[in-house]
Amino acid sequence: MKYQSQRVAYWYFLAAMTLFGIQVLGGLLAGWVYVSPNFLAEILPFNVIRMIHTNSLIVWLLLGFFGAAYYLVPEEAEREVFSVKLAYLQLIILLVGTLGAVGSYLVGIHGGREFLEQPLWVKFGILVAAVIFLVNISLTVLAGRKTAITNILLMGLWLLCLLWVFAFINPDNLSLDKMYWWMVVHLWVEATWELVMAAILGYLMLKLTGVDREVVEKWLYVIVATALFSGILGTGHHFYWIGTPGYWQWIGSIFSTFEVIPFFAMMSFAFVMVWKGRKNHPNKAALLWSLGASTVAFFGAGVWGFLHTLHGVNFYTHGTQITAAHGHLAFYGAYVALNLAMFSYAMPVLRERAPYNQVLNMASFWLMTGGMAFMTFVLTFAGTIQTHMQRIVGEYYMVVQDQLGLFYLMRFGAGAAVVLGALLFIYSQFVVRREVVKPGPVAVPGE
Amino acid sequence: MSEIFTKSRARNVFYGGSIFFVAVFVALTAQSHLHITRTATAGMPLTDEVRLGKHVWERNSCINCHTLHGEGAYFAPEVGNVMTRWGVMDDPEGAYEMLDAWMAAQPSGIEGRRQMPHFEITEEEMRALSEFLRWADQTDTQNWPPNDAG
Repeated sequence: MKYQSQRVAYWYFLAAMTLFGIQVLGGLLAGWVYVSPNFLAEILPFNVIRMIHTNSLIVWLLLGFFGAAYYLVPEEAEREVFSVKLAYLQLIILLVGTLGAVGSYLVGIHGGREFLEQPLWVKFGILVAAVIFLVNISLTVLAGRKTAITNILLMGLWLLCLLWVFAFINPDNLSLDKMYWWMVVHLWVEATWELVMAAILGYLMLKLTGVDREVVEKWLYVIVATALFSGILGTGHHFYWIGTPGYWQWIGSIFSTFEVIPFFAMMSFAFVMVWKGRKNHPNKAALLWSLGASTVAFFGAGVWGFLHTLHGVNFYTHGTQITAAHGHLAFYGAYVALNLAMFSYAMPVLRERAPYNQVLNMASFWLMTGGMAFMTFVLTFAGTIQTHMQRIVGEYYMVVQDQLGLFYLMRFGAGAAVVLGALLFIYSQFVVRREVVKPGPVAVPGE
Repeated sequence: MSEIFTKSRARNVFYGGSIFFVAVFVALTAQSHLHITRTATAGMPLTDEVRLGKHVWERNSCINCHTLHGEGAYFAPEVGNVMTRWGVMDDPEGAYEMLDAWMAAQPSGIEGRRQMPHFEITEEEMRALSEFLRWADQTDTQNWPPNDAG
């Protein structure tokens, strides 16, 4: 750890991993309700479980991003964080807000816009925390060295915080509500978060492979250019059937097809950098997660996104288990795995110890990735049958769902593997103090 | 190649292009806003009752089980066309009675079947929810869903 203030990141990562645990356990519970629908039905209905599952995911990913920023910005800007106190204050506000939101969901107090169910006071808390963060991190960067990585990271974080304003805009007209809702939801995950992802991936590649900064940064600008050029108008693929004009079917189909490109570029970037890199960095687990994140993001966000993005296809698949399959693999690859890559890289440094528990960490990668891939496949099959029976043949929803039981059972099994992997990951980061398998000698030590 | 396409050129393309696409997107969004209010949802007035119905819909987090115009959770049936499916789209009183009877029968308690919770909803709110669902159903959704099954 070069700068003392980087230590703030440790607490962000700790909070993020705690919520990660809650998120996957919530997911497992929801998966079990699909298998055994009467389970907890009177005490904890499905809609509340799902709110906890999705909200804790979003918050822990954001905590991971904030923590990553506090970790990497001091190194990039070559100075301490502007104010460590503000960073802790921001974390406390976010945690109080999160606990408040989960508590109020459990007693039935919540909003009703998907993913934005937080009570108003929590939304304001998030806004205040975001402002504190932006001030803190921007003042750090402005006073120090400016790099493409910090430029892109800050641009992504500024834009995502600004877009949060749409969380407060809820028109009475349902179609307008939906259109503006996507300004947060789509423009987060398919535009601004991609900037954050590219910046963090660029930083990890710089550290892990030792490739020239000049090369990394040129790649980064090309990646984020393709992300925004495709992702902004790609919002159109959500505007097919909600009351918006018909021209979105063409704009959405064309530009969201291009949305595959930045994910392909990020995957190529990661592999080319590792190929070109001269450094043999000892943290193999972080490298595995970095390569894994960019690869699974390409399949989950890129390939599975394209699968149902053309309007002629989406007319039939919209709102089926196909969407659920895509959602799970895309979030896992692009944002979960990337955050875990950053944790894997930073935690040994933050805890100031050499053993990385890499064997357990890498085992957790394969458990989680294998489980998530299996879940994606079975949900895709379920969605294909659902699309045919419901949208082509015209059978009623519940009649069709009754035919999909086997797939939901397999999905639960896949989910259990993911939960095991997640708990193993958390365990390997916090508990184990020695390596399970002794590593061979390192030829050229990295930093 | 690397001499012509330098890092600063890549950066400028990124900034310039992004501003262009944001401008196009903002213009199309403004046009879509007008299309929604003037055409797509103009078939039924947006009354206070419909507004109350939307509030009831949100307060009970219906979206985290059902889909509405295909968006939401995938645990329970599509409700963007439920009034058409029930054949009560042009019959406000029938729509209310159907919805009220359905909600009163939940949770069904049938073993092995997904359970819809019991919701505390007054008669005024139930009528509003019914009108909200009729209002949503009349939206021009480019002929989606493909059939009444939703």
